[in-house]
Amino acid sequence: MSEYILCFALFCIGLYCVLRKRNIIKIIIGLGIIEYAVNLFFVLIGYRTHSRAPILAKGQSILNMVDPLPQALVLTSIVIGLAVTALIVAIAIRIYEKYGTFDITKIRRLKG
Amino acid sequence: MNNRTLEQKNPKGMTLIVKTITRLTVGLILLYGIYIVLHGHISPGGGFAGGVIIALCFIHLMLAFGREVALKKISQGVVSVLESFGAIMFLSIALLGFWGGYFFFNFFLHKGKPFELFSAGIIPLCNIAICLKVGAGLFAIFTVLVLFKGLGEKG
Amino acid sequence: MILPFFVIIPLGAAFLISLLGKKLKNFADLLANLATFSLLVFSLYSISQVFAHKILVYKVGSWIPPIGICMVLDGLTSFMLVTVNLVSFLVTIYSVSYMEKYTDKYRFYTLFMLMLAGMNGIIVTGDLFNLFVFLEIASIASYALVAFGTEAEELEASFKYAIMGSVASTFILLGIAMLYSYTSTLNMADISSILSGKPVNTIVGFVTVLFLAGFGLKAALVPFHGWLPDAHPAAPAPISAMLSGVFIKTLGVYALCRVFFNILTVSDRLVFVLIVLGLVSMVVGAFLAIAQNDIKRMFAYSSISQIGYIIFALGVGTPLAILGGLFHLFNHAVFKSLLFLNSGAIEYSVHTRNLEKLGGLNSRLPITGYTSLIGSMSISGIPPLGGFFSKLIIIIAAIQAGYFISATVAILVSIVTLAYYLKFLNFTFFGKLDELRLKIREVPWAMRLSMIVLAIICVASGLLIAPLFKPFLESAVNVLLLANGYKEAVFGALK
Repeated sequence: MSEYILCFALFCIGLYCVLRKRNIIKIIIGLGIIEYAVNLFFVLIGYRTHSRAPILAKGQSILNMVDPLPQALVLTSIVIGLAVTALIVAIAIRIYEKYGTFDITKIRRLKG
Repeated sequence: MNNRTLEQKNPKGMTLIVKTITRLTVGLILLYGIYIVLHGHISPGGGFAGGVIIALCFIHLMLAFGREVALKKISQGVVSVLESFGAIMFLSIALLGFWGGYFFFNFFLHKGKPFELFSAGIIPLCNIAICLKVGAGLFAIFTVLVLFKGLGEKG
Repeated sequence: MILPFFVIIPLGAAFLISLLGKKLKNFADLLANLATFSLLVFSLYSISQVFAHKILVYKVGSWIPPIGICMVLDGLTSFMLVTVNLVSFLVTIYSVSYMEKYTDKYRFYTLFMLMLAGMNGIIVTGDLFNLFVFLEIASIASYALVAFGTEAEELEASFKYAIMGSVASTFILLGIAMLYSYTSTLNMADISSILSGKPVNTIVGFVTVLFLAGFGLKAALVPFHGWLPDAHPAAPAPISAMLSGVFIKTLGVYALCRVFFNILTVSDRLVFVLIVLGLVSMVVGAFLAIAQNDIKRMFAYSSISQIGYIIFALGVGTPLAILGGLFHLFNHAVFKSLLFLNSGAIEYSVHTRNLEKLGGLNSRLPITGYTSLIGSMSISGIPPLGGFFSKLIIIIAAIQAGYFISATVAILVSIVTLAYYLKFLNFTFFGKLDELRLKIREVPWAMRLSMIVLAIICVASGLLIAPLFKPFLESAVNVLLLANGYKEAVFGALK
């Protein structure tokens, strides 16, 4: 149970970072932390005690394997996270070019 | 003083040590990436992991020798064509499944045999397509971010 | 058989355009219009399939569904497909002329097609994780499209939207992970049948909250609406029309309906939350819209308000209310995309969106003027246009179900809606024309054509509740009323 609670703590740290930090780059890092927390949680769901990685090797039975499905899904989710992060970093670079700052309190041309 | 002359000789990229090591290892990294892709259906790895390794090989080249050398090997136009081509190849493999009646149908060599390289039907082909897409995409992201910085400095 | 093509056609078009669009001139325009037109034809054909078979399940790669991925075609699916593909076809015609002023037109079409593939994928899929993947495809394409102009405001809006949207996506992924740990399956019908066999648990309640936050943010319900008034005005006009017209409905309302009505059960508390969220969105959106001076920003707040009507109707939950909600969804898709295209036409010819700097445009832009008159009257509920009937049905259903105060609020909000649309018409099309603008001309034919077609649909959409067309809406309503019958329908179709 404690590993799930730690995942949740990691999630909350990321959320705090996104909500509270002023620097755009720190917000992006916070987003990364949130994604990793969820991915970690997803992988841990498939874990069974005293079992091994789901790799088929010669002369081994299929017993005692962890659930491979969450791992495949997490791989997809990591790819999505990569795409989002790359896009947001590109946008952040452009924002720096236009505004000359990474501070979100100074990037306020849109109201509301 | 000595340092400065070295830099004047090779204005782009890192020091001689890094360049030599890179020259030795880049080929091996590329080979390892291809191995991972081709054995994706019988061992851990696959198109995505292999594609990332192949992209890292070119990124390694770019870090060590500067962007001109790396872009001479594989230019941005080629990268974007390869990326689209990988996606279209994946889609057409999936479309060929209609030959067996269903989208994404594994239309030849119906059952994969464990531990055999030439088995598992369309999965190795899909891995190659994914490798093209992911490798080209990752390299394109890297080059776009790197080249963009150059534009910002000018403007 | 036709189901996978809703994803294949836009995906294939996207990559072909990105491969060849740079070299061949006009290829991107042609292929994009061809793709959206064929999608429209396919989606109209799917209506007849639904009437013939009731429900169709497509097994991807011939894997049997609890193991493999399946695609489901039922009444709600075909209703949403028709809405999305109708709007997207007209929007692609519009963008042939409108996007001329941007460089890299083919990149726009690539992203547009990816977004369309994501939306169609969300609608047809029957697998929960697949839904998440398509949702992310559509979202990432939309983040990039909002920043397409790369001006300072657009980048800022896109950054805000991307951060909030990604957090919402992680909420949804967390919900899916928890559902998977509880039921050990990802197929929607299978999840529903396993959940009905288990006692009510706190995990399901927590998952409900996560999905409500995630999909609610995608639908821009009021506590989560912060990104919409920035992102929708910042995008190019065709994309604003897509985002406000169908994007928030597919990613938000449709996904919300599918998950809550067909997979998890609708509890009393959830109904209460939906009604409250709907009412708050309605009121807050309408009152914020009055104060705006930017045309597109006003329309964006108006979208929040109208989404509130739809969510309120779904919360009331009687058959008549759901009919009204879905009917209003269709109507809103049509008139909101029409209005955003109008605002694009105004910006195209006058180069400003500020209400105070406009006036008297009706003499110079007659077609834009009259079509936006129809759109505004329809959204504020003037008979005999489509918007009147859908709002009337929602209010009657609310009164029948005993929500008297909420029904009164809905009527009052409708009057406020009329007020700010009159403000828009008054400031833009009536009054004195600036002398500098005497020479402006009506927009190109492609833009005119799509605006006129949308206006005609606006007028005619009232007919959807006529006995001839009503089965189309009712088959969609029946899917939501099935509730737990969804799993039996899906598994029945498999045999």
